[in-house]
Amino acid sequence: MSAWHCPSCDYVYDEEAGHPREGFAAGTPWTQVPDDWPCPDCGVRDKVDFEPVSNDG
Amino acid sequence: MEAHAEQVHHHHHHDDVEVNPAAWTDGKRYAWLLGIIVPLSPFLAFFWVTVTGLGAMWFLGPALVFGIFPLLDMAIGMDPTNPPDSVLKFLEQDRYYRWCTYLFIPIQYAGLIFACWMWSSGDLSLVESIGLALTMATVGGIAINTAHELGHKRANSERWLSRVALAQTGYGHFFIEHNRGHHVKVSTPEDPASARLGEGFWSFLPRTVLGSLRSAWELEGVRLDRIGQRHFSLHNDILTAWAMTAGLFAGLAIVFGPIVLPFLVAQAVIGFSLLEVVNYLEHYGLLRQKKEDGRYERCRPEHSWNSNNVASNVLLYHLQRHSDHHANPTRRYQALRHVEEAPQLPTGYAGMIVLAWFPPLWRRVMDPRLLDHYEGDVTRCNIHPRKLGRVLERHGRVA
Repeated sequence: MSAWHCPSCDYVYDEEAGHPREGFAAGTPWTQVPDDWPCPDCGVRDKVDFEPVSNDG
Repeated sequence: MEAHAEQVHHHHHHDDVEVNPAAWTDGKRYAWLLGIIVPLSPFLAFFWVTVTGLGAMWFLGPALVFGIFPLLDMAIGMDPTNPPDSVLKFLEQDRYYRWCTYLFIPIQYAGLIFACWMWSSGDLSLVESIGLALTMATVGGIAINTAHELGHKRANSERWLSRVALAQTGYGHFFIEHNRGHHVKVSTPEDPASARLGEGFWSFLPRTVLGSLRSAWELEGVRLDRIGQRHFSLHNDILTAWAMTAGLFAGLAIVFGPIVLPFLVAQAVIGFSLLEVVNYLEHYGLLRQKKEDGRYERCRPEHSWNSNNVASNVLLYHLQRHSDHHANPTRRYQALRHVEEAPQLPTGYAGMIVLAWFPPLWRRVMDPRLLDHYEGDVTRCNIHPRKLGRVLERHGRVA
């Protein structure tokens, strides 16, 4: 499982947690999130702008 | 990287110096308490009516916000100073500032109950009741600004308080449309809440009210489809927010009698129109260009009108530092910064609201400023399609 962060604010999309309120159940892979989904916290950047969170685990 | 380029924009005033947060003092710290003067205004009005015997004092709310505050802006002037970058985190964590905004809400509703009691008492003439309704509309409109500050925050408790503050004006859908619609589409022709060059406030008003409603409903519909819920259900955050308003008005009508209903409806409509006039001036004529890949360029500081007038900035929780707000929507008001490249309004939002009500005056003051901002190139403005020919002709371009 990996995580992606919004380059504008502190929001992180963690595949393990998903974002159930937005309709992405826990475990929803990032590839299933639509490209035009904006950051749910700031709305400034879209999914395609997100950057992977480095993960050594 | 783009994200870092953005940071550089904000680097002015004290930033190379590392400042110890404990040694830095915020000049506006106690001024933020002044924000509660607005929800207190029905009580202050009652006080002045009692002291002076003048029924006109029921109009205190609008007189304060659209008379006294524009004058205070001119008298007190500007404050372009920024907190040093090294204290921003410290400043945001200080809970004192959020309590200043939370405090607004109980006073707001105590005032609404008090107003209903006055409307139903039979002690007020019709004109005085209208004056009190305008005062409550002013409270309700400014409450949308408080809701705006709270609705951008990550904490569920603050998002809930935001919805409570919106209940007075029935504008619960604003919470969804603003964060997910306006902030995404700001300063593009697709945003109902971004005003266009050649568009007067009175034609903007129905476009933004209806357009924002439609946009909120569509955005919530997409979310409900994804979570697999029906649009007409208790999962719909718009419907539950409106239910809060319906419950509030019904409760007040049961306690104080149906006489309060026309005043409640009037103050709600005038209240949300106040929010919309603020929307009108925040991005008037400003346009993000479309990139080759069909997406709009990022919202940059040049896409919002700003003002550093102290009086209205304190009244509106730094809303006028609007460029930094759009760059960092979750940033708390006390930490918002003046941005040098942002276009500046000639006075604070309070005075600009009054100007917007008179479109010929607005055009005379703002159109030259907008054109200057785009170095005289009218084609870089967000132009109202219905006025395209006339606007191009007026600014020396062939339609």
